[in-house]
Amino acid sequence: MLMYVVRRILQAVPVVLGTTFLIYFMVFAMPGDPILAMFGDKTPNPAVYEALQQQYHLDQPFLVQYALYMKDLFSGDLGTTFSGQSVADVLARTFPVTLKLAAMAISLEFVLSVVVGLVSGLRKGKLFDNVMLVVGLILLSVPIFVLCFVAQYFVAIKWGWASPTVGADTSVGNMWLPAVVLALSLFTTGMRLMRGTVIDTRSRDFVRTAYAKGLPGRRVIPVHVLRNSLIPVVTNSAANFGVLMVGATVTEGIFNIPGVGNTLYQAIIRGEGPTVVSFVTVMVLAYVVINILVDLLYAILDPRIRYA
Amino acid sequence: MTQESTPVTDTHEPLVSVQDLQIGFQTGNGFVQAVKGVSFDIFPGETVAIVGESGSGKSTTATGLMDLLPSNGRITGGTVMFNGKDLTKVSKSEMVGIRGREIGYVPQDPMSNLNPVWNVGFQVREAVLANGMAKNKKDADKRVVEVLKEAGLADAERRVKQYPHQFSGGMRQRVLIGIGLAADPKLLIADEPTSALDVTVQRVILDHLESLTREKDTALLLITHDLGLAAERASKVIVMYQGKIVESGPSLELLQNPQHPYTKRLIAAAPSLASQRLKSSRVEVAEAPQGDEIDLVAAAAHRHDVVEHADHAGTPAIEVKDLTKVFSIRRGSFRSEPFTAVDKVNFTVPRGTTMALVGESGSGKSTVAKMVLGLETATEGEIFVAGKDATVLTGKEMLEHRRRMQPVFQDPYGSLDPMQSIGSIIQEPLDVHKIGDRKSREQRVNEVIDEVALPRTVLSRYPNELSGGQRQRIAIARALALKPDVVILDEAVSALDVLVQAQILQLLADLQEELGLSYLFITHDLAVVRVVADDVAVMEKGKIVEHGSVESIFSNAQTEYTQKLLDAIPGANIPLGA
Repeated sequence: MLMYVVRRILQAVPVVLGTTFLIYFMVFAMPGDPILAMFGDKTPNPAVYEALQQQYHLDQPFLVQYALYMKDLFSGDLGTTFSGQSVADVLARTFPVTLKLAAMAISLEFVLSVVVGLVSGLRKGKLFDNVMLVVGLILLSVPIFVLCFVAQYFVAIKWGWASPTVGADTSVGNMWLPAVVLALSLFTTGMRLMRGTVIDTRSRDFVRTAYAKGLPGRRVIPVHVLRNSLIPVVTNSAANFGVLMVGATVTEGIFNIPGVGNTLYQAIIRGEGPTVVSFVTVMVLAYVVINILVDLLYAILDPRIRYA
Repeated sequence: MTQESTPVTDTHEPLVSVQDLQIGFQTGNGFVQAVKGVSFDIFPGETVAIVGESGSGKSTTATGLMDLLPSNGRITGGTVMFNGKDLTKVSKSEMVGIRGREIGYVPQDPMSNLNPVWNVGFQVREAVLANGMAKNKKDADKRVVEVLKEAGLADAERRVKQYPHQFSGGMRQRVLIGIGLAADPKLLIADEPTSALDVTVQRVILDHLESLTREKDTALLLITHDLGLAAERASKVIVMYQGKIVESGPSLELLQNPQHPYTKRLIAAAPSLASQRLKSSRVEVAEAPQGDEIDLVAAAAHRHDVVEHADHAGTPAIEVKDLTKVFSIRRGSFRSEPFTAVDKVNFTVPRGTTMALVGESGSGKSTVAKMVLGLETATEGEIFVAGKDATVLTGKEMLEHRRRMQPVFQDPYGSLDPMQSIGSIIQEPLDVHKIGDRKSREQRVNEVIDEVALPRTVLSRYPNELSGGQRQRIAIARALALKPDVVILDEAVSALDVLVQAQILQLLADLQEELGLSYLFITHDLAVVRVVADDVAVMEKGKIVEHGSVESIFSNAQTEYTQKLLDAIPGANIPLGA
């Protein structure tokens, strides 16, 4: 197990280095002079220009710049935004919001997928299964922004059950509608995965053996069918969590949620290079960490991996 | 043996009385009747075996008794009287009470019948608690260790916290036997309990099952495809064919004096029995096989004749010198240690003959086959195929080397690409080796399909439309397409039913005679070796421990290990023919 953890963490090192390098390189290759851009219409004094170049290491070769950036990054300095805020502060404000939204959406998605998938799998080909197939296909084929608008229009505006936008109040009570929308957008894949796994597990030999032992169905289904079927579904939901952690840009935009995705979107629109690089770098790190956790979770769920 | 200890008498009531049982399955092509009116009795403490090929309905009958049929199956008629109750009519919850408690079950494949995510102790405890064999958790834990010890796991205390994948196949089957007997049921149904295991392990497991059931006076319903095994273990044998019982009776009587033609065919085709008959009944040998009846003994005798008169001069087909393979296996976190899988192996296969490489799993026999095929590199030693050293070949020479030497593997289900038609499967090697043009390749495909005695219409079909025996014929046809000199058969008949096995063995013998092929025959089954091979090499722990002609090994085994393998052939000690 320890070996597995160590190997998995070591594998993440080249991924982090590779992606940050790529991001840094692409921003570096963007046309335009960042210092000139800071002065807008005015032309800077050559002495000031040079001083700024030195301050931001822009006179150094690309690789040196990258190395210095990585050094700053690992010492916790993510740079500042154009408006003078430290990027770390902006992240500290937006990240918890996204984390909360992702956690709400994934918990709901997981519970829905497991329950509906289990019942569908056990009642394969029956009415419930067929109805859920249709519902799932509709949810899967409708683009997320349509889901957002529909939810906003009916649930929030027409029926008045929730506020149409989130704004500054990011409490659970105020964010449930976007969380439900996100959960529904991910629901079909999880549910169908669960259904397929349940059908497969149920016909496995060890399930028949469990019945042969004299166990009643109310024990075989949770202990042998559900427990074994959870492995791929948990992994799927955890991977989705990783995706949501880096920001559900469209949903956060439509519901005006001050999360990572929305902030990044605004930064890209305004062309704030340093903010974009730092945000994306942190997102990559978050995504890699989540994926390591997913793999560890997999090992916890499946003893064959734990004791390999 | 059981037949003496449990006489069938009319004085006591049968434990189970099956009357006109009918079971069917709802399939894509409508309703299929799998069991068509089966009747038999099992008396308390008696061992009864149901024998038949796959699809005969024997497993369906067994699982039908305790309502463990797949969801598309159901009992359509008949009664199963057990303890005064008709099991076909009891409610679902009543059946839950009977399963495990009254009727235990030992399944076929130990690899797939334990849940991989729960530890072994947990899975045994479930059976103990579900059947009221313990009042509290502490009692249950004690009973779990007891059950596992009874089933033959000596270090049960230490192993209860381990997971199934940390157990060998034989150990898992012991766990499953323990589970089946956990609640001291009156009847134990064992569905091919050892067909996934090595012969020697099979013997130990069956001995254990026999002594346990006798000790507890449990009746045993043994489902098997092996007539020899059935006759050796059961007092009564029931032969099933196409959903019906064709013959039943006391096992010795049935074996020595079979009445139904199907039983006769089964006895003729069983290699385990054939080895015995070769010595005991010369009359049978003289009779030529008729129609689709295959008499292995006649075939073997004929082939021995041919081989004796053949010209074996010149370079041997395969010559292996000091062949060694060392794997490095992980031990703990960062260390690895060398493991010698094959240790200085030497043998020669003369042209046109069959050499059998015999041993249990893990003896290194398949590694030898892989090295000869060039699928695994040798750590040391030389392999000469038709006089050429195969260990030092370049890419192009390797291709030519592979053309001369083709494999047939064990699993006819796994070794054919399900997405390709039979025609393109057979033609693929011809394409890879760029032999002839499109037309001549098609012609060659037609030739080999004729050689393996299949109609040409199968060429446009797909592997899943064929039976196991047909698929193995396809695998042989694919191997023959390139006109090889040597065919390596890695457990090529182990997964097949006896009758199909006999047909394939016959086919291999015919092809050898016609095409002058040399076979390297890898198997764990000495019974098969008796009828197919000229020479035998017995492998144990990577080394060849004994080597010689079939006659000398079978009549005068030098090592204890070979004798153990010979003794493990089920039914080998049953005298046949008066």
